[in-house]
Amino acid sequence: MNAPTFDITRRTFLAGTGALVVSFTIPLEASAQEGEVPTAPKPPAKLQGSLADTPSLDAWIRIDADGTITVFTGKAELGQGTKTSLRQIAAEELEVAPGEIHLITADTAITPNEGYTAGSQTIQNSGTAIRYAAAQVRQILIAQASGKLGVPADQLKAENGKVIAPNGASVGYGELVSEQMLHINADPNTKIKSPDSYHAIGKPFARVDIPGKVTGGEAYVQDMRPDGMVHARVVRPPSYSAKLVELDETKIKTMPGVIAIVRDGDFLAVVAEQEFQAVKAMRAMTTIAKWQEQAALPDQEQIPAWLEANVSEVGTVTSVGAETAAGVKTLSAQFTRAYQMHGSIGPSAAVAVFKDDALTVWTHTQGVYPDRKAIAQMVGMPEDKVRCIHTEGSGCYGHNGADDAAADAALIATTLPGRPVRVQWMRDQEHLWEPYGPAMLTRANATLDEKGTIVNWHYDLWSNNHGTRPGSAGSLIAGRLMAKHFPPDAAKLQISPLGNGDRNAIPLYDVPNQRVNWHFLADMPVRVSALRGLGAYCNVFSIESFMDELAEAAGADPVEFRLRHMKDPRARKVIEVTADKFDWNNDPLPAGKGRGFAFAKYKNHAAYLAIALEAEVDAETGIIQISHVVSAVDCGEAVAPDAIVNQTEGGILQSMSWTLYEAVHFNNTRITSPDWSSYPILRFSAVPDSIEVHVVDNPGQPYLGVAEAAQGPTGGAIANAFKHATGKRLCDLPYTRERVKTTLGA
Amino acid sequence: MMKLNVNGAAHEVEADPSTPLLYVLRNDLKLNAAKFGCGMGQCGACTVMVDGKAVFSCLTPIMLLEGRRIKTVEGLGTIDNPGPMQQAFIEEQSAQCGYCIAGMMMRAQALLESKPDATDADIRTALEPNLCRCGTHMRILKSVQRARELMKSASATPVSAG
Amino acid sequence: MRLKHFLFGLLGVVIVACAGFFAIAWKSAITPIRPPDRASFDQALIHKGAMLAAVGNCTACHTQPGGRSFAGSFALPTPFGTIYSSNITPDPETGIGTWSEAAFNRAMREGVSRDGKHLYPAFPFDHFTLVSDEDNKALYAFLMTRPPVKQSPPANELPFPLNIRLVLAGWKLLFFDEGPFQNVASESEEWNRGAYLVNGLGHCGACHTPRNMFGAERSGMHLAGGQAEGWSAPALNPSSPAPIPWTQDSLFSYLRQGWHADHGVTNGPMGEVTGNLGLLPDSDVKTIATYVAALMGTPSPERQQRGEQIRKKIGEDFVLASAPTDTPAGRGAAIYQAACATCHDGSRPLPFGGINFHLSSTINAPDAQNAINMVLFGLPAASGRQSAIMPGFAAAMTDEQLTDLLAYLRETFAGQPAWPDVAARAADTRSGKFQVSVRPSDGIERGPDNIGAQDQ
Repeated sequence: MNAPTFDITRRTFLAGTGALVVSFTIPLEASAQEGEVPTAPKPPAKLQGSLADTPSLDAWIRIDADGTITVFTGKAELGQGTKTSLRQIAAEELEVAPGEIHLITADTAITPNEGYTAGSQTIQNSGTAIRYAAAQVRQILIAQASGKLGVPADQLKAENGKVIAPNGASVGYGELVSEQMLHINADPNTKIKSPDSYHAIGKPFARVDIPGKVTGGEAYVQDMRPDGMVHARVVRPPSYSAKLVELDETKIKTMPGVIAIVRDGDFLAVVAEQEFQAVKAMRAMTTIAKWQEQAALPDQEQIPAWLEANVSEVGTVTSVGAETAAGVKTLSAQFTRAYQMHGSIGPSAAVAVFKDDALTVWTHTQGVYPDRKAIAQMVGMPEDKVRCIHTEGSGCYGHNGADDAAADAALIATTLPGRPVRVQWMRDQEHLWEPYGPAMLTRANATLDEKGTIVNWHYDLWSNNHGTRPGSAGSLIAGRLMAKHFPPDAAKLQISPLGNGDRNAIPLYDVPNQRVNWHFLADMPVRVSALRGLGAYCNVFSIESFMDELAEAAGADPVEFRLRHMKDPRARKVIEVTADKFDWNNDPLPAGKGRGFAFAKYKNHAAYLAIALEAEVDAETGIIQISHVVSAVDCGEAVAPDAIVNQTEGGILQSMSWTLYEAVHFNNTRITSPDWSSYPILRFSAVPDSIEVHVVDNPGQPYLGVAEAAQGPTGGAIANAFKHATGKRLCDLPYTRERVKTTLGA
Repeated sequence: MMKLNVNGAAHEVEADPSTPLLYVLRNDLKLNAAKFGCGMGQCGACTVMVDGKAVFSCLTPIMLLEGRRIKTVEGLGTIDNPGPMQQAFIEEQSAQCGYCIAGMMMRAQALLESKPDATDADIRTALEPNLCRCGTHMRILKSVQRARELMKSASATPVSAG
Repeated sequence: MRLKHFLFGLLGVVIVACAGFFAIAWKSAITPIRPPDRASFDQALIHKGAMLAAVGNCTACHTQPGGRSFAGSFALPTPFGTIYSSNITPDPETGIGTWSEAAFNRAMREGVSRDGKHLYPAFPFDHFTLVSDEDNKALYAFLMTRPPVKQSPPANELPFPLNIRLVLAGWKLLFFDEGPFQNVASESEEWNRGAYLVNGLGHCGACHTPRNMFGAERSGMHLAGGQAEGWSAPALNPSSPAPIPWTQDSLFSYLRQGWHADHGVTNGPMGEVTGNLGLLPDSDVKTIATYVAALMGTPSPERQQRGEQIRKKIGEDFVLASAPTDTPAGRGAAIYQAACATCHDGSRPLPFGGINFHLSSTINAPDAQNAINMVLFGLPAASGRQSAIMPGFAAAMTDEQLTDLLAYLRETFAGQPAWPDVAARAADTRSGKFQVSVRPSDGIERGPDNIGAQDQ
């Protein structure tokens, strides 16, 4: 049976005070990075994907009397194309065209609880659950039809919404369903279809949402216009811990269109009939509000030192083999990464209405259930009276302002019963208040033997928690600002297969002796949380940079050196495909040009990805221009190959932007990167000439999360191309022009 | 009351003359395509066309626009009958979250309307004011190149009367 | 017969004069050398040359936007036509790879290329002539160790007779004083160093001094305000239009950072200047500030007082009374409120927020050109680095609306009457008749294109 397996051979888990987390899925209790660790060991799950948590078939699939098929997923469309790929999966097993599937995404009233749409797990978890559920539903329908048609089940086949007998007699799905028919638990022994019969999985199927999005259709939470809707704007403090000292509300109340001012402790908002009225009132309120601030941020120039000095706990990520090993050459290196932003193009927004003692929130949060829980606690309502419905926002790439905008809308809505409240954050509010990807410091140390093989590997990383999602009401900005405020959730070091700051800290390479430690900082003066890839970006950047240094010390070609240390055939495959398609060689390049290679298996158990690129470095200006990129990715069975290519291209370009430009700036009191002028990201002039993504398809293999797989390797490949082009290794992210010029000298 | 010409149709809007066009398009005229991204002319998500040229609708007060021709994505075609630019973006599957796409399309439309033979380099330069965070740049470029071809062949085809 | 004698005599004079002219005008070629070995140059000398090249802002003219550094082909619009900069990489065929140090020195000192051709004063040899032999040595070391690039510039677009280089000899005769720089004994060491940098490599006067009809800087009007690439370069002498007078401190900060809270961010070609000065030590930038501050002199009591009043005014909460919109001032006020105030009302601090117009030299300037440039073209986003971004309003505003807006700004923020020629200037700027180079603020980095008016 093609159950997804979980490769745990490389890791031992340190449970700390609790149990081993062995299951492949994200059990709800352990899904939050904060929160209690289960006290008793959980037996390995037998049901596939999210079926383990939500085993009832009718939670996933409903067939109406008229034959309409509705599929429910607890995951959300974030722009990765899951509204489309999940349809393909369901359509495959239910033997209909993907366009026949109605898909309902994350809604606390309707869909399964699948935690967060995060960590590249939608296809892995939800897709797998839907796959097996749909397969079982098909078999149930066939069994029903067998009874109705009097034909043995093994002679019947499902096709296009009907079950068909050899003599041509058929009966539609709608005629076969009955009350409670699907209200049974999934059978872990369900067989799914084999790839040679696929009509939907792996086949080209256009994204269902694009036509609407390019013709002005209603697509985003920002497009909602329920009757009676009012417009709200929050006024945020100028810094995290600022306290409101003075606000003369009378000046604002009399502005045209203003309906209400919400003032609850340090939480401030204004509500108006029309949107621009709300904007003007917000600006006026921002000008006249007086705050008391304190200098509570670390020195931006001294972050690596600050990281070292403020460690609260050290966790062992892995400890394998001997502490030291004899060799001929030992190398060490240190790498750093700045705080970096999600930088969603559309600042966060939400719509909420409080009516008949119930609160409904339309939000682009990645986790409707956790956000609901936190909001319910914040407004003091029972959870079952709060409903969060996922509605698309712009790409979030992790925990951005979405959960908080939802909380803002909820809080304001409770003060205006019956009126739908639309909250739209401004650009500076998103930039200044979103939780960033944490700054990191890493140190690598390794020893080579006389054959040029790595025999010993030490790796240390310093980082905050890469996840401060809801959580309790204290994880929400509104929850911390309001008068009856909630304390922020305490950050706890948790080392698990999912990975956090330690994601991809263990190299996949075959090294017999490995020590990897996470120097954890509980203190988070700068707000941080999950940014696409979490620790993988900096860890893979560090490891892949270091691998090239080791290769050089061993006198080896970078690609050959990696293959030398890689037995995993699927890893070897993506490395070889990339090298081949890129025409990787060691011919000299003109001065200033370099080529770089990198590889990682995301989380060490998700997608494999290798990347090669060519870059040109202009020493005068410090500009790095990447000319062409080739990548190969293996994420198991490719459900929607085009979506994989799209996400991989996207990850490459986003990581390129992070690597070349991005660092959040702050002084000792405030974050000072409020917009795109102060936090520049990739523009078209810097986009490469070409990016090729080759999907190594493995039909029938388990799904491996792929959407974040490119972040780390792209950083590594740029680092290595830079070294090749200039002869100098730059170990600090981002590769700003100043850094490049300083590193290269005159 | 202000009279605005949007996508060929005359509209009377009650909004204050200092209101940026973006809010009028979205809230008064219920047009979804132009989006709020920054309100400062830094990201281009709000891009529309005025008299054939691309503008940031987030910063253009409607008082400047009486008697001028405003065009939005909604004026390029419909979901049942997409125009060449829309067709190209659908063909190339040129979106991830899609939030920036309407702005990209209008910026590109303004370019191709004034310069039907725009080169690939012209397209890159023209799109510089518009940001995409998902990294859909390669497809966006490809879509505009495709739209260029579609628009050329559309103009080459003789239009029959009636 | 007298007439014949006279005519012969005249002819003789003309011949002698011509011979004399050619004797002066004709320059010999200096023997080409083999490109010197990079290793032959001392690293410290190269580093010094890098800093000097930054002061000289060589890359601004000798690099095409987005192109290879120092490879030339940059189109410099001048009142006489377009001149394309030469390739000064050490490429032997298309660059200066075969230039000896003597040839380089002569180019800087006399404005003559290795092969004896006179250089157009678009290359400001009238300033670079002041550069010392020692500094030229360092510049030579720097340029000869850059990556060579094979690239030839397009032909200059100049009308007859300006396309005949020999004509420049006459220009030099009339307008060119050969260097090097001579210290002024009565002034401090700092002042002299500042003067050397400003008048020599800095060539500030090339933009900031008015020129005569022959394109030469007007003598006696040193740094009295000039023009470059479609931008008015403000006066750096006592007629500086800055509402809050410059001081040595504020000049230093501005040149160091590329912006100052009292004066705004760099616009137009100035962005590259301050970006390049980033390579210099504080001490050198300070001397430049010292010299310019000295030139500006102590501001009059009236100016000082006005400066203080302005500070007070912007410190208060500035609430605009709404004006009726059917007058030019009312319309201008409405446009300001709707399109400009978001960024320019001071709620976002510089350098990324817009300047409060009370502080703006541009609004106080004698002519409207810079204000028109800013409103039409703004400050494009720089690729991959922090910079102030301002959108351009060329497509959003008609010339009439622009006129209303500027009239309002002049009256409200500068207390001055409207410029008389805004609509005409704006029309010429839009059409490209008057060419303006549009660049991101600060830094040596350029936008992807040198946007002329026709791109808008």
